[in-house]
Amino acid sequence: MDLVRRRKLVNAFALSMSMLAVAFGLFWLFWILVDVFQLGIGAVRLSLFTQMTPPPGSEGGLLNAIVGSLLQVGLATAIGTPFGVLAGVYLAEYGRYGWLGRSTLFINDILLSAPSIVIGLFVYAVYVERVGHFSALAGVFALALIVVPVVIRTTENMLVLVPDSLREAVYALGTPKWKVITKVTLRASRAGIVTGVLLAVARISGETAPLLFTALSNQFWTLDLDKPMATLPVTIFKFAMSPFADWQRMAWAGVFLITLGVLGLNIAARILFRQKHR
Amino acid sequence: MADSAKRSFAAGDWVFRNLTRLFALLTLLLLAAILVSLLYGALPSLAKFGLAFLWRAEWNPPMEEFGGQVHIYGTLVTSLIALIIAVPVSFGIALFLTELSPPWLRRPLGVAIELLAGIPSIVYGMWGLLVFAPLFGQFIQPLLGATLGQLPLLGRLFQGPPMGIGLLCAGVILSIMIIPFIASVMRDVFEVTPGILKESAYAVGATTWEVVWRIVLPYTRVGVIGGIMLGLGRALGETMAVTFVIGNSDQLSDASLFSPGNSIASALANEFTEAVSPMHTASLIELGLVLFVITFIVLVISKLLLLRLAKGEGQRT
Repeated sequence: MDLVRRRKLVNAFALSMSMLAVAFGLFWLFWILVDVFQLGIGAVRLSLFTQMTPPPGSEGGLLNAIVGSLLQVGLATAIGTPFGVLAGVYLAEYGRYGWLGRSTLFINDILLSAPSIVIGLFVYAVYVERVGHFSALAGVFALALIVVPVVIRTTENMLVLVPDSLREAVYALGTPKWKVITKVTLRASRAGIVTGVLLAVARISGETAPLLFTALSNQFWTLDLDKPMATLPVTIFKFAMSPFADWQRMAWAGVFLITLGVLGLNIAARILFRQKHR
Repeated sequence: MADSAKRSFAAGDWVFRNLTRLFALLTLLLLAAILVSLLYGALPSLAKFGLAFLWRAEWNPPMEEFGGQVHIYGTLVTSLIALIIAVPVSFGIALFLTELSPPWLRRPLGVAIELLAGIPSIVYGMWGLLVFAPLFGQFIQPLLGATLGQLPLLGRLFQGPPMGIGLLCAGVILSIMIIPFIASVMRDVFEVTPGILKESAYAVGATTWEVVWRIVLPYTRVGVIGGIMLGLGRALGETMAVTFVIGNSDQLSDASLFSPGNSIASALANEFTEAVSPMHTASLIELGLVLFVITFIVLVISKLLLLRLAKGEGQRT
């Protein structure tokens, strides 16, 4: 009976440690979220959306950073999505069993988790250094390079899920392969691909590291892609590291906006995916 | 008409096939391009310092003396601390999600963890600097110094003035960041275990813990290690969660984890745009190259392990 009691004790101990681990993990994450929401909402005011980033000690907003972020994220998604979808189509429809398809899929998964700061370094080396100055366009390139692997992965995943019987039914009508792909399989997996794009947008909206040596930052309003441009994450980085109380306050507001946006995109992606794949 | 239609079919197919192939090829080349461009950018520093760059401790921009020891050490140590904290906690969470949780809690908790894995790292970093680090220096570090700091050999790691920010603080913030990440991979991996194996174990009277420890874990071992390596890859290359709280000091004064240090990613984030001399820039690029090579190896191992688990699953069915 001693053995049974010991086993039960070990079991009870291990299971309580597991619950403790859940409590521990959730404790930190909720603490962070509560702080972000509390301090963030406290710092949000209308001027954030109407004024430019201020010099230290004066009033201002985050307008140029917000617009800069939207512009760069939008352009990066517009460049990265077709690239990723086309490459994903090759991996799922043409090269599923060939060397190119398989090795690209493998490398793509590595790129998916590669440090984003190295992507920034790469764009600096091949673009910024050649042109000789930092620019929003370089930031767009860096972000697009982060979008591509995410979109490739989801496109490939979703296309593989399309049943072969569907493809065969269309081939039987005498349809060429490219039409089968564009008119049937891609359409069948549209919701999944859109989900992937949304997740990619969520991912780059918060990226700071790859923008540090590409888009840099700019205290003033600009829409010129050839000039340095402010983005929300880089502005937050600058403001949070500063000793000024009102800069830090604005950093909290910025972090709140980003967290809200990213969580919103993630939830939207999830809902969309569930509706289509129930 | 039939002939021309056939020809246009074939042409369309050729164009589309090669277009998609081109983009797949470009993705493959991207990795090589990153490697080559970093290698090229790092040439001056590679030529001047050679392999010794990896263990030289000086980092002195005005004198143009560079070595990566402090940064490489900081990167490895903070990631190691993060793993030491995050792995058991993530294991506990994954265990709870797969074996213990009541069904109604399983989905919301799983979704919450996945959502938290998506929160940008700058949020963790900024929170770490403005909220966590002051409390850490005021309460936790003195406590650690008074307890672990008194141990004979290990004690040296936990001594020194409690300043909040430093290597240990960076490791802790990093661990909070990768917990949701590792936990969700581990949960997915645990779910691969065939139900019939677990049920057989339960049927002969195994406790929940015994099922997890003796059945689930051995069955999914490669996948679990793969998941941990994936988290490690994340932690090594993380910039924002670290750079806020590591202290950005290019010298290591002592062995203590309380001291400020620097990691490769945070050195890049802080110094790169301010580097004036070409040698400084080249040395920073070489640091980036080192980081890329380390994470590349870690991620390849992780991927191979996870693939092995998935392959085993395919053979079973």
